[in-house]
This record gives sequence, C-alpha cells and structure tokens, in this order.
Amino acid sequence: MNPAAFDYVVPRTLPEAVAELVKHGQEAKVLAGGHSLIPLMKLRLSTPSFLVDIGRIGNLSYIREEDGHIAIGALTTHHDIEFSDLLKNKLRLLTSAASQIGDPQVRNRGTIGGAAAHADPNGDFPACLLALDAELKAVGPKGERTIAARDFFVDTFTTSLEPNEILREIRIATPPPGSKGTYLKFSRRSQDWAIVAVAAQVRVTGHEVTQVAIGLTGMGSRPVRASGVEQALRGKPGHDDELRAAAERAVDGTDPQQDLNGSPDYRRHLAQVLTRRALEQITAHH
Amino acid sequence: MAISQMVGASIKRREDPRLVTGTGSYVDDLPQTALVYMHVVRSSEAHARILGIETSRAKEADGVLAILTGKDLKPEFGAPLPVTVCFVPDKKYPNHYPIAIDKVHYVGEPVAIVLASSRAAAEDAGERIEVKYQSLPAVVDIEKAIAAGAPVLHEELGSNLSYDVKFAAGDIEAAFKEADITIKQRLIQQRLIPIAIEPRGVLADYKTFANKLTVWSSTQIPHFVKVWLAVILGISESNVRVVAPEVGGGFGSKIRVYPEEILTALASRRLGRPVKWIEDRNENVKATHHGRDQIWDVEIAAKKDGTVLGIRPTQWLNLGGYCSQFGTFQVLGMLVAQGAYKMKAFDGRAVGVFTNTTPTDAYRGAGRPEATYLIERVMDLVARETGIDPVEVRRKNFVRAEDQPFTTLLGLTYDSGDYTITLDKALAMVDYKALRREQAEKRKQGKYMGIGLCTYIEICGLGPAAPTQAATGVSLWGMSVVNVHFTGKATVIIGSSPHGQGHETTYAQVASDVLGIPVEDIDVQHGDTAIGPMGMDTYGSRSTALDGNAVHISAMKVQEKARKIAAHLLEAAEGDIVYENGKAFVKGTPSKAVTIQEVAVAAFQTSRLPKGMEGGLEATTFFDPTNFVWPFGAHICVVEVDAETGATRILRYVAVDDCGTRINPMVVDGQLHGGIAQGIGQALFEEGVYDEAGQLRTGSLVDYLIPTASDLPSFELAATITPSPVNPLGTKGIGEAGTIASTPAVMNAIVDALEPFGVKDVAMPATPQKLWQLMHRNGGTKR
Repeated sequence: MNPAAFDYVVPRTLPEAVAELVKHGQEAKVLAGGHSLIPLMKLRLSTPSFLVDIGRIGNLSYIREEDGHIAIGALTTHHDIEFSDLLKNKLRLLTSAASQIGDPQVRNRGTIGGAAAHADPNGDFPACLLALDAELKAVGPKGERTIAARDFFVDTFTTSLEPNEILREIRIATPPPGSKGTYLKFSRRSQDWAIVAVAAQVRVTGHEVTQVAIGLTGMGSRPVRASGVEQALRGKPGHDDELRAAAERAVDGTDPQQDLNGSPDYRRHLAQVLTRRALEQITAHH
Repeated sequence: MAISQMVGASIKRREDPRLVTGTGSYVDDLPQTALVYMHVVRSSEAHARILGIETSRAKEADGVLAILTGKDLKPEFGAPLPVTVCFVPDKKYPNHYPIAIDKVHYVGEPVAIVLASSRAAAEDAGERIEVKYQSLPAVVDIEKAIAAGAPVLHEELGSNLSYDVKFAAGDIEAAFKEADITIKQRLIQQRLIPIAIEPRGVLADYKTFANKLTVWSSTQIPHFVKVWLAVILGISESNVRVVAPEVGGGFGSKIRVYPEEILTALASRRLGRPVKWIEDRNENVKATHHGRDQIWDVEIAAKKDGTVLGIRPTQWLNLGGYCSQFGTFQVLGMLVAQGAYKMKAFDGRAVGVFTNTTPTDAYRGAGRPEATYLIERVMDLVARETGIDPVEVRRKNFVRAEDQPFTTLLGLTYDSGDYTITLDKALAMVDYKALRREQAEKRKQGKYMGIGLCTYIEICGLGPAAPTQAATGVSLWGMSVVNVHFTGKATVIIGSSPHGQGHETTYAQVASDVLGIPVEDIDVQHGDTAIGPMGMDTYGSRSTALDGNAVHISAMKVQEKARKIAAHLLEAAEGDIVYENGKAFVKGTPSKAVTIQEVAVAAFQTSRLPKGMEGGLEATTFFDPTNFVWPFGAHICVVEVDAETGATRILRYVAVDDCGTRINPMVVDGQLHGGIAQGIGQALFEEGVYDEAGQLRTGSLVDYLIPTASDLPSFELAATITPSPVNPLGTKGIGEAGTIASTPAVMNAIVDALEPFGVKDVAMPATPQKLWQLMHRNGGTKR
C-alpha cells in the first residue's frame, strides 16, 4: 500500500530539525535511512502525519577517534561502519555486526542512529552499544544531553529519547590494546533479524580476563547485558572449562519471547551456545 | 534431416537484456491515459457473515469514482468462477464469485472495490469503508475441519468434505500378507505461499461503443482467461483480447482465472475508462492462491530384502475456503505416487477438505512434489527398517530399462528411461562410498553429516488431448504458427505463455534448425490472444514438449512448401530437392541452390509459384502427441546438522537430470537452479502458518522465508539424454524437476544425519529449533 498521507520537511541543520519536531509534537517522526520506518508506514502500522527527513543535514556521517573515544555520527550507514579501517582495527565488534545486518541494499541505506533510535529488540546494533557502554548524544530544544546505552534502550521500539530529540552521535571509549570483539548472530537465513545474537568484547591480559562485556540480542524486549557471564569470567584465567561454565550464565536475568522462529527455551539455549562460541573465538589465540 | 546447430547450443537468452535493464514492460509499466485505479478491500475475518458495508464516508473521499460491493456486482456475473474436473469429477464445491456476496470464508477475500483517480486515493478511501461482520467460528486445520461439530464453511454442502476418492489397483491385502515388515508414517506437506517476484496485476480496458474488452494480466494462462472473461461477463469471445505482457514468475500461482481479472473488467465496463489493479506483497500472500498444505499417511508393505510390495497412502488436502479452478489438480500426486518403482499393489485415497484459509491450487510441481516426497521417503524408511543402503533399496525396486514403456498399477505408461544411468552418474559425482566413510568418521567426532537421495520420475507435457480431457476436463495440445516474411525473416507464434522460461530464445533455435534461417532473424511471439488461433498456455512443464514441438512441426511444413517452390524455381522434381542450412538444391549440385530468402520472395510474388499453389510461406500446427513425457533423474544432497543449534548446512548438492533433448542447456540449467532453490525452500525455510482464528501469521517476507542466494550451495549439475519417443524433438520437461527432486533429497539427508538420535522423519520445514528439539528429546540420549 501507499503510506497514509503525510507532510514532509527537509531541514538543513539540526536546530531546524529540532524546531520542526517541537512544532509538530507527537505527530512527527524522524526519517533517516528509512529502512524501518517506511515499511511500517507502507503497512499503515505507523501513520505519522509529519516526517522530518534528517538525511540532508551535513556532518552527521563520520567515524573518527578523539580523546580516547570513537565517535560515530548518527547518519553513518551500516556499510560505512562495515568497511571502516578505524573500526576494523579498534572496534571489530561493530564491523562484525554491521556486516551481518540485512543485505547490501539495507546496509547502504540504514544508519546506526536510526537503528539505535528504532530500538528493535532483534536489531543488531543495540546489543553492541550496550556491551560497549556507548554514550548516545541527543539534541533537543533544551540543548544536548548524553544518555548511557543502559538507560537508552527502554523497551520494544522504545528509547529514552524525547519525541523532540534527535540522536546526533554515538561515542564509545576506544577499547584498550588487546581487547577483541565479535558479533555472533543466529538467524534462519543470512539476511534475517537475529533469533539470538551475542555481542562480545573481551580482553585477556597475560593469564587474566581483564575486560568482558557481553550484550545479547533477542533475549527480551530490549538488549540485555549478560552480567552473570561477565561476573563469572572477570579476573579468571579464561580456560576452556571456565568459558563453558560462564557461558551457561548467559540466561541469567533474560526474558526471551516466543515467536515463529524460536521458543524461550530454544533462545536461552542458543544464548548459551553463542556466548561460549564467541568467548572461544575471541580467546582462541591466547 | 537438417543439420542441428542451434538445438543443443547454450546461446544467451534474448529476453535478458530488456529484463536486466528494467526496460521490459510488466502490467504496471504499460502506458495508459485516463486510468482508474482499483483497490480491493479484503476480509479481515476468516469466517463471517457480512451484515452490512458502510461506504458513505469513503464515497466522499477525494478522487473516488465508485465503490462497489458483492451485492452491487452479483447481477453482472454470468457465471461463478470456473472449477475444473482435475481427477475428481464427483466433488462438492460451492459457487465462488469474484467478490464475497454475503459471507466470507478466508482472510483476504474481496468484499468491496474502490475505484479512484489514483492508487493512493483508492487506498485512503478503502480505509474509510466499514464492513460489519458477524464473526463465525473458524477452522484452519484439515483434521479439525472434518471432525464432528466443526464449523461448516458452506452450509449448502452439509459439511467441509469436498471429496473422498479411491485410487487402487492390485491386491493390497495380499501385499501386506506377504510382507516381512510394515511401516506406518505420517508425512507433512506444509502450506507454501508462492512468491513470484512480480505479484499479480491487471489492466482492463473496455471500449463501450465497440463493445470490446482488452485485458492485460500478469497471468500464465491468457487464453483460458479470455474464454472465461467472455463467459462470466457475457461478452462475445471474439470481442475479448487478453495479453500477458512480461510476467515476472508464476510457479502455478498465476494459473487460474482470478477475481481481479473479472472485477477490473466489470469496473471498466461501468466507468468507460481503463481500470488498473496491482497487487502488493501484503495482498499477494493472502489473495493469490497457496500451494501444498497436505497430510500424507502411508502404510508400507515390504520384504526383508528391501522389495516394496505395496503402499497404502492417504492424501488429505486442504482446499482452503473454496475449490480453486485447478484446486483438485494436486490429486495427480496419487496417480504418480508409484514413482520409479515396481510394486504389486497400490491402495490410495484422496480426501479434500474446506477450511477458512486462502484457497490452494497448483504450485511448482502440483501433486508431483508431494508424490515424489512420499515415495522417496518410503524408499528411505524401508532402507532404515531393513538396514539396507538407500541406494540398494532403490535399485532393487527400480522399473528397469527393459520394462519400458512401463505401465503403472494405475494405468499410466512411462515413455522411456533407464533410471540407473542418472543414479550411477550422481553416485560417481559425489563418490558415494567415500561419503559414507566420511559420515561414519564425522559421527565419531560428534558431527552429524547426512546423505539424501531422490531418484524421481515425473509426468510432464500435458498432454495428449484424450487423456487430459478425461482426467482434467480440458483437452491439452501444443500450438504454433511459423510465418516466413517477404525478406526471409520469420515470425513464430506459440500457444504457450512464458513467464521466465525463455521460449523466445529456445523456440527460435528450434525453427532456425529446420529452416536454416539465422536465429536472430526469427522472432517468437506469445501471450496475446489476438495473434494466434488459440493456445493452452504454460504450466506443468508442458511448453517445450508441446508448443516447442509444434514449432518444429510447423517449420517442417514450411520447409516442405519451400522445397516445392524451390523445385519449381529450379525446374526440378520435388523429390530430387535437398534442403540444408536454408538452401534448396538438386541432389549433387549444391552450387546451384536457391536460398530460403529467395523462396520467400517467390512465395509473395505469387505468379512465380507453381500452378495452383497459394501464396505465403506459413504453417499452423496443433500438436497432439501420443503420450505424456516422463523426465527422470537422481539428486543427492549432503548436509551437516549442527547438534548444538539445529542449523542445517548444505555441503553439496548434485543433480543429474534426464529431460531428453536439451534445446538450450543453459536455459535448462537455469530452470534447475531455480527449481532446486524452491524445493530447498520447502525443506528448510518456507511455511504458511495460520493461527486458530484464521489469521495468517506469515503475512510478509519477514516471516515467510524464501531462500536467497546466500542461503544456497553451488549446485553441481550433470545430464544424461534419453530422447522422448513421443515427440519429434525428443524433449521432455524441466520446469519443475528441480523442485520435485530437491525437497526429498534434502529431507532424506537431514533424517539420515539425525539417524544416531533415532529420528525417522522430520516434518517440514526442518527449522533449526525443530531439529534441535529432535536431537535433544530424552535429554539428547542417543539411540
């Protein structure tokens, strides 16, 4: 179907965009890559009467390192993340996740800011941002504020962004040397949403796990941190049996849902298997 | 005989440049002025009475020209939608009109149409229509629908049972008495949703004062649609023209006369303007018919040595909310369930049931995939029970080359084939013995590899007119016109209506060989009822066996006339003329030849023709062969199932197919690639799911999973060639072979992989969750 009728504006700056959101309140929706919003509108599941297309605002697509942080502009596409040399060297978790989102057409249009703000519980970036303790910078009528990832993802398709705020940038502390990340995703077909996926960032220093952060996709109505796994592993040598035992705790505090692709039991089992595999993969060369 | 050059050549498809550059014209691309757009308001209820339809708010909406309901249109239907005999002459079915009159029977059934000046206006107005329903209990499941107390869809039929018919031959009691082992198994053919990349679409243009109707439709059957539009709308057939422009895939889903073809035509007649409707994907998954949705229960009688004595299959078919036009065609599965094997007795039963779901009809293979799945699973079940290798069980039961032409228990006669040649070739390609050793090694390491076979036969080339008339109610044959023009170029018109098969390329190759006219000088036209006398269209892998051979025969007739003309021009006796590579000459003097181009000029300068000969160089053929054609082949699939996640990975896929003569081997390979992919889709991914209330849970391509290139292995293809004796080219069919063979090959491989877990059958699709559960029931205890 065609979407229901709507008005459309293309602001050139962030303040203009925020002003449009303030003016139109709950009726307005922000359009970035459009790969989530437009299908919903064509199904008439979402019927905003006003679209604020932020796609032509300059300087919102970048990946750079500054002050010990990696900063990613909200309009940076999945494709640009997948092929970023900086991220390949320093934040492979994100390139790994980006390479597994949808298909090339989706990756060419979809943006990391859009994916975060859409907050699909089966989307790939939210669990990564949660695992990486990312900070999300949002601009609103009262200026800019920084939201921690753990506070940002609230529920299915729900974030702590106000209706008149726009996500501007995502900041992630550059992992220390030796820290490695990977995203293991399980889906029926290569292009599908995850049934379960694991975002893992781990650092083994000498014979000690000095950093371990695990985010899970598909294990609840929002991305969750596998804190049980992290506790079990932190400070340990990271032997195989420890990894295996720690991975069992991937189910702690999760509340996975039932759908056509998987029961809660199956999802819990997958979370354990994928967590173990991710840990084994990262620590394989130690 | 002409020297064959083009037949057998993998020349590039002439269709592709326009298709891959987006310059082909599908229905939605056709230029039209003063267009009216039709939007169909569809039932949100699976089973309900329509108490009223409130349209006043919608009528006021911008751009709306008219809103029509079933009650408004009922007087204009000269007949309900057609239902054909298709193997079940005695069946109960309700009248089915293109739009619900007072009751709906599935979600997606049309209840009102909006006609407006733009698509958006029509859709917006559609949102303002309020249909008042009285909900009725729904039933979606075959067994529940025929249980006592089930809600009855069509009260006038008394129950949801449409038919319960037997297909039996031989002494089944004796077979079971003789048996050392008997096996019972239930096999699931889940509901499939055909996903043609181009959904359906119709443009209807009724010219009021001429009383002429032209309909462009994304259909496989323009000739059938023409006849039925004339009947249902009460217009002279000579005033109806149907065109199938570019059609982006069909797979059987565009094989029937659809409601929207009638509704756009009626609307155009009312408004005096062309009316267009283009299906979107969300409509497509509900409004275009579904496939399969059957349960097969089978009892097997076999001997310890692997000999299958007889089978007793029951095919339970979910018809959906109505009986579709070819809704009982799937019962063909019963007739061919004997497969490539000899047996003493067959005791089949087919039961058709109405439920509150989208009607089912043909989907790639239509009955043959179901039959092949049955008999190929039977072979593996017998192998498992007897401990004999599945290859040896097949060899033991094969119809042998010396038995051909072989007549089955139910009376069909195979045309040709030595089934061991494709099997031996496939086994050599995979190095079967080495594979089995590898499997045993891997099992020791906790890796679960499985090897699955399928040695199929299929019936194609529907067909000779007499048996198809008797069995389906329609006489099927092939048609062609070959017309050589003044300048020696030729036009070929065919009665088949391709939608991706490449007939424009391959039939030009056929005519080129006979006439010696360069292939690029031969144009092949199709899909327009105004250009040829009649056609039986494209489905059931029939086109090349019928229309392709009709092209050959027409070209031979033209060659015959060309010889006569050449003899006259050369002042020689016709019997002394040799015709080779587009040149006619007196035997022994090829240097003094007349070319086909010179003959063509003479054919139109009629004073140069022999006395009494009419002008023109043209021939028409209605080709009625002596039998069906029966392709066969052996497919082998190797999988590995991840014991931790249940995920299946296809490691190898080998296919050896014998479809007789291959006119264009590349086109054959293309049909196999797509067909195998679609069959793998059924095995691993696809399942149309309804909830208890009759709502479709797999209503988008997010939930209904079709395989994509990255989910598939590289296919290893090979051929054997056994020309069919029943047509001059020796061709069989290849459009459905891949789908028919691949589903059982993949599933046999998966069941084989899970053998250490005591798994004897897996209900399709083999989802990771399902396999994980099967491997870990009883806490993962191995047998």
